[in-house]
Amino acid sequence: MNRLVLRPLLACCLALFGASHAADARAAKKPPTVVVQDAYADMRSGPGRGFPATYSVERDASIQLLRQRTDWIKVRTANGREGWVHRSQLERTLTPGGAEVRLAGPVPAARTEHRWEVGLATGDFGGANVIAVNGAYALTPNLLARADVNHLLGSFSDGWLGTAGIAHVFMPSWRVSPFAGIGGGVLSISPKATLVQTEDRTDSTAYAAFGVRGFLTNRFLLQAEYRGYVVFTSRDENEEIDEWTVGFTYFF
Amino acid sequence: MDRGLHVLLLTALATVASLPGPAAAQATGEPAALPAQQPQVVEPAVKRRDVEPAAIDTENFEAGAFVGTVSIEDFGSSLLYGARIAYHFTEDLFAEATVGSSKAGKTSYEELSGSVELLTDSERQFTYYDLALGWNALPGEVFFGGKRAMPSAVYFTLGAGSTTFAGDDHFTVALGAGLRVLANDWIAVHLDVRDHVFQSDLLGKDKQTQNLQVGLGITAFF
Repeated sequence: MNRLVLRPLLACCLALFGASHAADARAAKKPPTVVVQDAYADMRSGPGRGFPATYSVERDASIQLLRQRTDWIKVRTANGREGWVHRSQLERTLTPGGAEVRLAGPVPAARTEHRWEVGLATGDFGGANVIAVNGAYALTPNLLARADVNHLLGSFSDGWLGTAGIAHVFMPSWRVSPFAGIGGGVLSISPKATLVQTEDRTDSTAYAAFGVRGFLTNRFLLQAEYRGYVVFTSRDENEEIDEWTVGFTYFF
Repeated sequence: MDRGLHVLLLTALATVASLPGPAAAQATGEPAALPAQQPQVVEPAVKRRDVEPAAIDTENFEAGAFVGTVSIEDFGSSLLYGARIAYHFTEDLFAEATVGSSKAGKTSYEELSGSVELLTDSERQFTYYDLALGWNALPGEVFFGGKRAMPSAVYFTLGAGSTTFAGDDHFTVALGAGLRVLANDWIAVHLDVRDHVFQSDLLGKDKQTQNLQVGLGITAFF
């Protein structure tokens, strides 16, 4: 079997194995209990607003929190009924000891206070299609340390490009903000099989970038970027390549 | 000049001399100003708020495997197997990475001519990956009989990736639609259709190929 497939398959098997063990661990561990502070909380049959509300719990009822999927939390009431409650209805719940309970989820402050970003992008790299997976760490709200892996798929050659760099976001609190960055990396190009065989080449490269990013929600960014690459070839002159990409970024 | 220096020195001296004054007053004077027997007039009404992060499992990842069939344009249909991993951002949106592998059959020309082989055995390997954004367009429930209802969603995906076929990597756009049914809280069954679209010049002329896949899979949320 191809290695490209074998490894993720193996990872998935491990993940499934891990998940089943996690389920066992959950069964053994007692779920946290909270006291409802809203006037009532609707319990739905599934984790989504489209599912019917089948039951309601009232204020001061104590419920067990079983699991969370996106913004929905599966709860169990004292009389054994189970259902999914939206996070917003549980934000004011208290522990039996009277402490506030914080549930995982996005808050408006995350726009400027988040640390990590991961994203997917696609675009054009000097005439070739590019698929990019990128990540960033916010050193400050303005300054990002970023890295990406790009798969380049052209008509005459394919390649891989890996870069690391920094970017400055000019107005991180604005809904839409420009940014600029610099970085460097390695570019590896191999010609297509249907063409006359030429040698694969791997060169180092550096780029200057300019782009615009805008918040779609409290956890999504849409990002468009231009990068001007200089490829330090072993030939007499360096090669210059323009790259345009657009993608979405998730931050947490 | 001399006078200026004088003023400067004096100013500096005055500043230094004045510095410990209030500090000393604070250190020694305050307890004297507030006798212990005087009752506190205003009690602070603000209590310290304890915030506890809830120790719940957040299960936004979904991973699993699938089998199916893929129709590789000009090369017939073949068995396909693969794996997927998804991350659910919200109840509506998710990102999904998929890998799949299959082995292409023969073109009708190869079948009829009997001995012609357009591709070597390793070139017939059809392997792809794609990274997609998915949308749970129709969340709902699937009913089995009168008593059993399972949460489900019809979803659409749009992705980009690469397909390795006939010795080359091709930029591929993958359009998909599927049905996800949750068998219990953390196991889901997927039935999905996906079209892998890429340009190929394998048979002499550059053309767009449509490679339709149907798969049945199982995933676990964790």
